Amino acid sequence: MSYLQKSPWLIHYDASGCNGCDIEVLACLTPVYDVERFGILNIGNPKQADIFVVTGPVNEQSKAVIERIYNQMPSPKIVVAVGACACSGGIFRECYNVSGGVDKVIPVDVFVPGCAARPQSIIDGIITGLEVLDEKYKQLKDERKRRKVERANG
Amino acid sequence: MKTVLTIVLFIVAAPLAGGLMAGLDRKAGAWMQSRVGPPLLQPFYDVAKLFSKQNIAVHKSQKYYVLCFLVFVILSGALFVAGQDLLLVIFALTLADVFLILGAYSVRSPYSYVGAERELVQMMAYEPMVIITAIGMYMVTKSFSVADIAAFEQNLFVKLPGIFIGLLFVLTGKLRKSPFDLSMSHHAHQEIVGGVLTEFSGAELAMVKIAYWYQNVFLLGLVCLFFASAFWLGVGAVMLTFFLEVFIDNNSARLTWQFTLASSWIAAAVLGMGNLVVLIFI
Repeated sequence: MSYLQKSPWLIHYDASGCNGCDIEVLACLTPVYDVERFGILNIGNPKQADIFVVTGPVNEQSKAVIERIYNQMPSPKIVVAVGACACSGGIFRECYNVSGGVDKVIPVDVFVPGCAARPQSIIDGIITGLEVLDEKYKQLKDERKRRKVERANG
Repeated sequence: MKTVLTIVLFIVAAPLAGGLMAGLDRKAGAWMQSRVGPPLLQPFYDVAKLFSKQNIAVHKSQKYYVLCFLVFVILSGALFVAGQDLLLVIFALTLADVFLILGAYSVRSPYSYVGAERELVQMMAYEPMVIITAIGMYMVTKSFSVADIAAFEQNLFVKLPGIFIGLLFVLTGKLRKSPFDLSMSHHAHQEIVGGVLTEFSGAELAMVKIAYWYQNVFLLGLVCLFFASAFWLGVGAVMLTFFLEVFIDNNSARLTWQFTLASSWIAAAVLGMGNLVVLIFI
């Protein structure tokens, strides 16, 4: 197990929608759920984050922002889509300005269903995502090793 | 030989102590908010994780500035434990901070710039009081050497109570605690986002964190110096200071830079200079 699993820092972005899941994500930080028990911090800075938590459906305005945040995050990184809207567009999916779930813009690793998703399931989703994060770290390490060997061989 | 051993011990043990202190800080903060809080070793996990992240430094120079920051913080701490000149120690620490500011300025980011500018204001706020501390210690012990000050037979606190309280006042800013945490925030949800640390990530951020651990240990060592003749009293004072800082941090919001600057200078003028004037007449 790498230290990534012990200190996941997340950045949270509300793509649009009703803000219900947004508030449930913030509820995870309160004394009742206290995600800092797992070393999870809502760090708010893409350059220092490991997990990208997106709530709400993607619309024309939030598309570019999601892409930019995702590209600014250093790998290994994972994306957790929280709530029915972030998973598939939810109740807003037919709207003229909504493109659907977050997976239409960036690759998503964990989908957390629910309307709104309960704090328990959000925490569960993030903890599930940690295994994916670890897997990605191993891939990154192998990639680095492979490149090193390639460079050594000219 | 003994000096070399002390320096080596400082270089090895200070980050461990500083990291534990950071963990205790977060744990105590969580208790004050009736939360469970992270494990005590969480800061070490954080730093270990940061070293395994991808390197995305915007400028190559940034890395060297951060490295210089770390090196000069360690240097100032090492000079302190080696019993060298207190003024040299203070200036080395100031130089270290200048490297951090340059690192923040090396990236074209408005938040980083605001953080760097505020860091400069913060330096202006606490530097007079720190210099007055050194002068006060000189006036009592007739020496700037840390070794001589530590070996002084009387408790410095007895003659320098004003300077001690003034130093505690500016220490809040130096330890990056509310209400004087002008230049950075640990979580980027405030008006300056991450402040000076906005553009640091991965290994660079880890180095900044380690440098802060060294710096915090050194600063508490400076508090301990006031009680050097009675070691356990010094340890007690350090622990009390630390918990007082955590308590204040959890109970106050960030103040404006104007208020910080004015109040720090007033504290330096009234408590610090006042104490010096009294020393001249007794």
